[in-house]
Amino acid sequence: MQRTVKTAAMAAAVVSALALAGCSGGGTSSPDAAPAGDCEPSEGAVELNFTSWVPGMDQVVELWNSENPDIQVNFQTGPNGNSGTYQNFFNEIKAGNASDLGQIEYDALPNFRVQDGLENIAACGDILAAGDDFVDWTWSQVTFGEDDAVYAIPQDSGPMAMYYRADLFEAAGIPVPTTWEEYAEAAALIKAEGSFITNFPKTDVNWFAGMVWQNGGQWFGNDGDAWDVQLTSPESIEVADYWQALIDNGEVSELASFSDEWNNSFDTGAQWTWVSAVWGASTLSTGAPNAAGNWRVAPMPQWEAGGEDAGNWGGSSTAVLKGSEHPYEAAQFALWLNTDPEALAMANELGGLYPASKEGANLEAFAGESEYYGGQKIYDVFAEASANVIPDFVWGPTMTQTYTDVSDGFGEVLGGTGTLTDALAAGEEKTVSALEAQSIPVKE
Amino acid sequence: MSTSSTTRKASREAPPVSSTGGASRESLISRSAAMLIMGVFTLYFLTPIWWLFVSSTKSVGEFTTTAPLGFTPDAIPNFIANIGRLFSYNDSVFLKWIGNSVLYAGVGALLGTLFAAMCGYALAKYRFRGREAVFNVVLSGVLVPATALALPLFLIFSEIELTNTYWAVFLPSIVSPFGVYLARIYGSSSVPDELLEAARLDGSGELRTFFTIGVRLMSPALVTIFLFQFVTIWNNFFLPLIMLRDQTLFPVTLGLYAWNSAIGQNPELRSFVIIGALVSIVPLIIAFLSLQRFWSGGLAAGSVK
Repeated sequence: MQRTVKTAAMAAAVVSALALAGCSGGGTSSPDAAPAGDCEPSEGAVELNFTSWVPGMDQVVELWNSENPDIQVNFQTGPNGNSGTYQNFFNEIKAGNASDLGQIEYDALPNFRVQDGLENIAACGDILAAGDDFVDWTWSQVTFGEDDAVYAIPQDSGPMAMYYRADLFEAAGIPVPTTWEEYAEAAALIKAEGSFITNFPKTDVNWFAGMVWQNGGQWFGNDGDAWDVQLTSPESIEVADYWQALIDNGEVSELASFSDEWNNSFDTGAQWTWVSAVWGASTLSTGAPNAAGNWRVAPMPQWEAGGEDAGNWGGSSTAVLKGSEHPYEAAQFALWLNTDPEALAMANELGGLYPASKEGANLEAFAGESEYYGGQKIYDVFAEASANVIPDFVWGPTMTQTYTDVSDGFGEVLGGTGTLTDALAAGEEKTVSALEAQSIPVKE
Repeated sequence: MSTSSTTRKASREAPPVSSTGGASRESLISRSAAMLIMGVFTLYFLTPIWWLFVSSTKSVGEFTTTAPLGFTPDAIPNFIANIGRLFSYNDSVFLKWIGNSVLYAGVGALLGTLFAAMCGYALAKYRFRGREAVFNVVLSGVLVPATALALPLFLIFSEIELTNTYWAVFLPSIVSPFGVYLARIYGSSSVPDELLEAARLDGSGELRTFFTIGVRLMSPALVTIFLFQFVTIWNNFFLPLIMLRDQTLFPVTLGLYAWNSAIGQNPELRSFVIIGALVSIVPLIIAFLSLQRFWSGGLAAGSVK
């Protein structure tokens, strides 16, 4: 009896394992330039599905539906991409019933591209020409630098700047840093005051990527044939060495980002700066209410005095997923969603999005003075940063894995072993094997 | 049956009476040690709930700026305001989620219990070829984690176009291999064959015998199965995550998770997640308190064959 139970159980386990393997294997061909095929409008009324996790996006969709009776969009939602929605997209693509449109962050787009999950919508009406309407770097994210190809419409972005406690800097007589050199000098002075200049976020590897991005560095390259993994590029190492020094000197705190303690440290003045993206403005104002009026925003510190480069942290696109029966209409909706001033204003108000379209920087919401930031017009700083983000940064096709592996290494550094450079080297090595395991060609 | 249970009860009460004369000091030490251990664990398990409760009485700004386990002066008005905002946010979608969870877990557990009872009863009381084989297959289902089945289920449901519907979550929920196991074990010991014979002689149909005799005799086990299934469905997260896209179909677990993952876009959601989590455990507490006396009885019954 006992043996029968065991055999039956094993059989069941094997069957389910096979089923899983059948679902998750395969489909990882190298990215080859798919020519933009025909993309004609459908006849008659069309119904589309659009999946996004931005709060309030359902109301933006309602606006479209009221204006476009022939193209009705069903809004679908779920947790944010890496928390489940991307996996859902892949499941749906395999089952052949994917949403027509899905929100995909820039750092996840290459994964979808490599697994052939995106429709090329370049031929769907005026999509190619729309490129000029978007901030340069966001457009190169959705075209992958291919000619005659557009795989998504940029939605929002996260240009970076430096939030800082103007009151504390002034009281201590420390000049607000404009270069990374000055930033390090300030860090030492602030430590002497008993505070930290900022926090080193071991889990926000994409924040670190934003730093490398600002330094003109790359983590990945793709020449059309193979991926080049370069987490240890000279610019990347320069950034790593810089932060390693701050960590070694005990000049940065090591709190878990977005935790209560972390928020509290911004509230109490235990931290004086946060180099972060535009969306961080609401993080600070909700997490550090007692510091209202004391925070200001300045451009990111520069590697060379007089420079203007900015990095980026976050941002998404609206992609037309593989298998959509109405790519033309889907593309039109995606374009409207991310360029129509009314839609952008709603997405900003309800979902906190900072538009990727150039016109989006002129929204009324960005024109006024921010009360929390002492009346400063902080969005002027971010608009400038947005224009100064280096346009050709490339994300790799397995970013979730890369983030995890680098983050593990960063954790060890904060625990006292190894260096940030070691962590990057280990991340590079593991990324290369992850790519090879999926038969994605890698350049040696 | 009734005699055996009275003897058991008597023997359980016996030891304290006879041991009063003996080592009362030792029992004091061991008792206080046990109490200490239990106290520590109680603290360990209740602190997060206390934190949840305290946090739900804070405004958004107070989360990060006040002591995590202490009340703030405006606790009561804040709590009321938070509850109000939670239930009105986004067209009262939270209320919908709670309703969905009650529907999935309530109806799912009810039907699941019925099917498990029927299946277990049949396996316990009818002799037919392949009975053990059927039972073993069902039993092996206990060993396969539900998570592993979610993706194959999604692909199957995609074929018949049932994804993103109530059925996608509801249908898999009414199957409970563990329930069948418990119902069989309990049924074979608590429903006497003689009684069924008598019912048949009196002309009762099999279905009627099951509902009038079988279900009543098995009711302690059935309550256990119901509670078990209710909690499993209420806490089921992965299946809805994979199956559902329309937020008006979400159960409360998935809804809260989705909100929690969007805090970056809208930091205000943080307070909704916390208060929502507190509200979402209330139905479970009610279910447990009202059914707990059946709960332990049924579990123990399953273990004594």
